[in-house]
Amino acid sequence: MGKLAIETRGLKKSFGKTHAVAGVDLAVSAGGVYGVLGPNGAGKTTTIRMLATLLRPDAGEAQVLGYDVVRDARSVRTRVSLTGQFASIDEDLTGVENLLLLARLLGYSRRRGRERATDLLDAFGLAEAADRQVKKYSGGMRRRIDIAASLVVTPELIFLDEPTTGLDPRSRNQVWEIVRGLVAEGTTVLLTTQYLDEADQLADRIAVIDHGKVIAEGSSGQLKASVGAGSLHVRLRNPEQRAEAERVLAAALDVPAEPSADPAALSARISDPERVARALAELSRGGIDVTEFALGQPSLDEVFLTLTGHPSEETPKEDAA
Amino acid sequence: MNATSTEQASPPVTEDALRRVLLAGERPPRPGPVSTSLTFGWRALLKIKHVPEQLVDVTMFPIMFTLMFTYLFGGALAGSTQEYLQFLLPGILVQANVMITMNTGITLNTDIQKGVFDRFRSLPVWRPSPLVGALLGDLVRYSTGSAIVIMLGLVLGFRPEGGAVGVVLSVALLLAFSFCLSWLWTMLSLILRTPNSVAGVSMMVMFPLTFVSNIFVDPKTMPGWMQAIIEVNPITHLATMVRGLMHGSVPAGEIGFVLVSSVLLVAVFGPITMVLYRNKK
Ligand SMILES: Nc1ncnc2c1ncn2[C@@H]1O[C@H](COP(=O)(O)OP(=O)(O)O)[C@@H](O)[C@H]1O
Ligand SMILES: [Mg+2]
Repeated sequence: MGKLAIETRGLKKSFGKTHAVAGVDLAVSAGGVYGVLGPNGAGKTTTIRMLATLLRPDAGEAQVLGYDVVRDARSVRTRVSLTGQFASIDEDLTGVENLLLLARLLGYSRRRGRERATDLLDAFGLAEAADRQVKKYSGGMRRRIDIAASLVVTPELIFLDEPTTGLDPRSRNQVWEIVRGLVAEGTTVLLTTQYLDEADQLADRIAVIDHGKVIAEGSSGQLKASVGAGSLHVRLRNPEQRAEAERVLAAALDVPAEPSADPAALSARISDPERVARALAELSRGGIDVTEFALGQPSLDEVFLTLTGHPSEETPKEDAA
Repeated sequence: MNATSTEQASPPVTEDALRRVLLAGERPPRPGPVSTSLTFGWRALLKIKHVPEQLVDVTMFPIMFTLMFTYLFGGALAGSTQEYLQFLLPGILVQANVMITMNTGITLNTDIQKGVFDRFRSLPVWRPSPLVGALLGDLVRYSTGSAIVIMLGLVLGFRPEGGAVGVVLSVALLLAFSFCLSWLWTMLSLILRTPNSVAGVSMMVMFPLTFVSNIFVDPKTMPGWMQAIIEVNPITHLATMVRGLMHGSVPAGEIGFVLVSSVLLVAVFGPITMVLYRNKK
């Protein structure tokens, strides 16, 4: 493991009786994307705000890029950027004014600042909207200008708090492209998300947090493995043999097999991939023809269910129209 | 103006362009506190440009008060509207300015609710600069309000014996006091949760302060206990100072009082505000 970009020990923060963050230990190595995955209210934003020096921890320690977030807050602020969960740009100003404002605050001259703002707007596909007030932007455009605002000075580390929540799939893909671009240029990204597939797609390592605590940590592969090796899906030529196939598989795999919606198919969760070959051989020996089989990795949804005992919250329900 | 069609036509985020901006990113020298405060002041001006409605309180309010008081009460209070105007106008100027300062707290509270302050607070800039900048921007509002009141006064027949020097000097001192008083509202906006509660509390403070003073009426005819209250009200001193300067005298004692209270306001509420700001959740 390389140099650590973020290291926290026993980080805690309470709001009255709510233990928003109840002892978080993180070790995030430099480079790559670190995903913090958790449902609404898990303590993701509170954690990020402490790491970005916006909130003082009640207890515990945190170092960001080697600097203590309390004692050396200013050094941290110089090197990191935060794109908050909610728009952190001035909606009354235009896109270019927002970026120019930040450029000036970060020491650019008026002329260089304007150039930098224009370059960023171009790179984020916002050139056309440069002179429009941000309040007139679409959701995806807002998210992009928000991220662009965090890159006026290229940070060593960027915090993205739920960067794609509420975005349509196309805008979400654009944000993913930006994240990948950032990593390619050497910026470390810590992003929080409620979406399991997002963490799976982007993050090299994932911390799953719930009720202010890290309940699992590892690569997405490791997390999946901790739940089980996955499941075996089998499709038969003759649906009438399904009951018999169920019996054979259960015996060979040592776990119950379950019929699928497809009348000719069934599946079984497996603990040991080695047994799969033997199970398939048993089927053929019993005269059961298999037309298809697939070995599926468990989804992160299953991971979450196993880890927390409750399913991860889905996207907030749309009001029935 | 159709954003979506142009967006669809060209891929919004191009890998090459993104790589270029990330690589080109320089690290300019960090600007000083004056520079960052002025930049935040520039932001306040941009906001006035984009949302000119926010100038309603600095334009309509003083005009309404001047006209109402002059013509409703002028005759009764001072014998003639012309005479009353000479007394009232400096007072209205004071009232307009201190009332406008309340808006500082309301604006700031709205700002904080919106999350843009999170970004400012996470920048490596002198910490008070967003607040100082907002207050600098407010100076423009005070000046606008003052100019409107004085111009309206001149049209109606206000004749300051102190001439331009007296007027400019009194407005300058008034602006300095207003800037210092704003720190009280800034502090309040960090304590209270909503812009409405900030507005409510500041009204509760400012209404009695401006009315129980010598802004509208000379307290001579009032009962002794009332005169005593009016005498300790800082707004009274402010109004007496502005009145004196505009009409050609140099009320040294009052000027001293105003300057000292300005310094005290910042010395007390400035640091409290900064502690609250630093620890804001
Ligand atoms: N400023 C605050 N005041 C009071 N409670 C808060 C505050 N911020 C967060 N909380 C509470 O702390 C918990 C964690 O919140 P948060 O960190 O925002 O979670 P997440 O970002 O994972 O959705 C929630 O129960 C939330 O209601
Ligand atoms: Mg959150």
